[in-house]
Amino acid sequence: MSVQLTNRSKPVDRRPMNWVERMYLVNIFKGMAITLKHFFKKKPTIQYPEETRPFSKVFRGLHILNRDEEGRERCTACGLCAVACPAEAITMEAAERQEGEEQLYREEKYAAKYEINMLRCIFCGYCEEACPKDAIYLSQTFTPSNYTRKGFIYKKEDLLIPNPLTDPEGFKKAQGEIQQAKETI
Amino acid sequence: MADEIKQQPPANFKVTIDNVTLEVPPGTTILQAARLVGGDVTPPAMCFYTPLKGSGGKCRTCLVEVSKGSEKDPRPMPKLVASCRTTVMDGMEVKSITSERVIAARNSVVEFLLINHPLDCPICDQAGECHLQDLSYEHGKAGTRYEFKRRSFKKHNLGKYIQLHMTRCILCYRCVFTADQLTNKRQHGILDRGDHAEIATYIEKSLDNEFIGNVIDVCPVGALTDKTFRFKNRVWFTKPVDAHRDCPTCCGKVTLWARGPEVLRVTARKDQWGEILPTEDGKTGWICNECRFEKKDEKDWIIDGPMKVARHSVIGANHYEVLDTPKETIDEVMGRAPKLLMDIHSVSEVNDPSLDLSKIEGPATGAVFNHKKMIGEKKD
Repeated sequence: MSVQLTNRSKPVDRRPMNWVERMYLVNIFKGMAITLKHFFKKKPTIQYPEETRPFSKVFRGLHILNRDEEGRERCTACGLCAVACPAEAITMEAAERQEGEEQLYREEKYAAKYEINMLRCIFCGYCEEACPKDAIYLSQTFTPSNYTRKGFIYKKEDLLIPNPLTDPEGFKKAQGEIQQAKETI
Repeated sequence: MADEIKQQPPANFKVTIDNVTLEVPPGTTILQAARLVGGDVTPPAMCFYTPLKGSGGKCRTCLVEVSKGSEKDPRPMPKLVASCRTTVMDGMEVKSITSERVIAARNSVVEFLLINHPLDCPICDQAGECHLQDLSYEHGKAGTRYEFKRRSFKKHNLGKYIQLHMTRCILCYRCVFTADQLTNKRQHGILDRGDHAEIATYIEKSLDNEFIGNVIDVCPVGALTDKTFRFKNRVWFTKPVDAHRDCPTCCGKVTLWARGPEVLRVTARKDQWGEILPTEDGKTGWICNECRFEKKDEKDWIIDGPMKVARHSVIGANHYEVLDTPKETIDEVMGRAPKLLMDIHSVSEVNDPSLDLSKIEGPATGAVFNHKKMIGEKKD
């Protein structure tokens, strides 16, 4: 004896079908009517990649490495993002800034290599929260698909935003809508 | 009168620290007694260092309130006292964290210590094992009230082993005492006074005594750091293991800070107060420069086992208590070796197996990672 959970259960009709029912015409038209009804409904799908959905303001997507207004890399390889990362996706190698590299790196120490394994990343945003130098942000795009796993190891060159001195529009775009809105206020 | 003076003092003094009563031999300082109690009761100490004679009394972080002077003279001491330089009396009652005055004083002292501190922890190699960092985390404020320019100094080169960052110094004098008591001729000291006081050698000179490397271990902040470890890795990503070697000059008992097989840094073994542990014969386990700077190879050492890391220390992140790596079980479960495993080194440029950072003398540069010629070499 099974337990009855709701009153909506119906006993299954096991009578043999008559000849009208055997032709299935009524049921076919019932089904077609449902299909036809959906022609006039609002489409839930969009034509990606021509169309994209609006992201929420707090969407956490692909990482960027920030630069300051003079185009110097903000990251100083302090390792706080890597230690905060629950997926252990972030790795880096630090190097000392040499004479003549002052316009490239903001601080005495910088990340010579900086990698994020997007296969490991869970986009929790802890790295952004841990960063003391305003260097890493999660942007409002998601990681593009790729054919190989190798394509998901994002290097520093893939993550860095355009230099404001050589590419001001790209820099502005990379800073995102929230930053732009902040500046206009 | 004479009889009274000749009276033998009791073998042990009874002292009450934050309502915990214990008996300590005469001559013990309040700080040392509080360390026997342990926990939060122990006042922090930035300048006092047990193995160094004469240290203490400079940083004022260990201030405590004495609410009862002794059994014979029960008056409280009017001002807060530096616990590292005040010895206990029989029947003394001390308030450490139970006194609001002490907490307020400690917060103020931390604010003073941080007035000129550059707060460049993201760059500093001491971050993660810095006592000033711990202290300001526990007692400091998020903001600063200081509006003026922080002091800056002309850079001094202390040789190829020791890196000096004078802006981070809190003038605790520990390194001066170390050089005085460990070496026969001190080459560095504190020059000038007041705001201009700085650690330096008077004439540009490198520190090259064979025990001078110990100033790195005694420095409570990142003012004196290991140049051979500079920027190579963060402390919490390295794995500390205790090791020893048969050294003719020192005890040879050290902690190796390694990344995989690369020994990035060698330090003396330290206790929970950050002080160098004594060896079996009771002497302080100072280590020589050869052990500290020259032996950056696993083969030079006999590994004793992983270092005990305090539970809440950041160094304990991803720290394992055993050295053996667990057995790979993929083959057993699948019945064959996996065909599509990606070797991370085939694409990643971090932790390159062909590059051994422990073999590089100073800090790595961009050229090192790009396998290019060093900038210094290019000039020649």
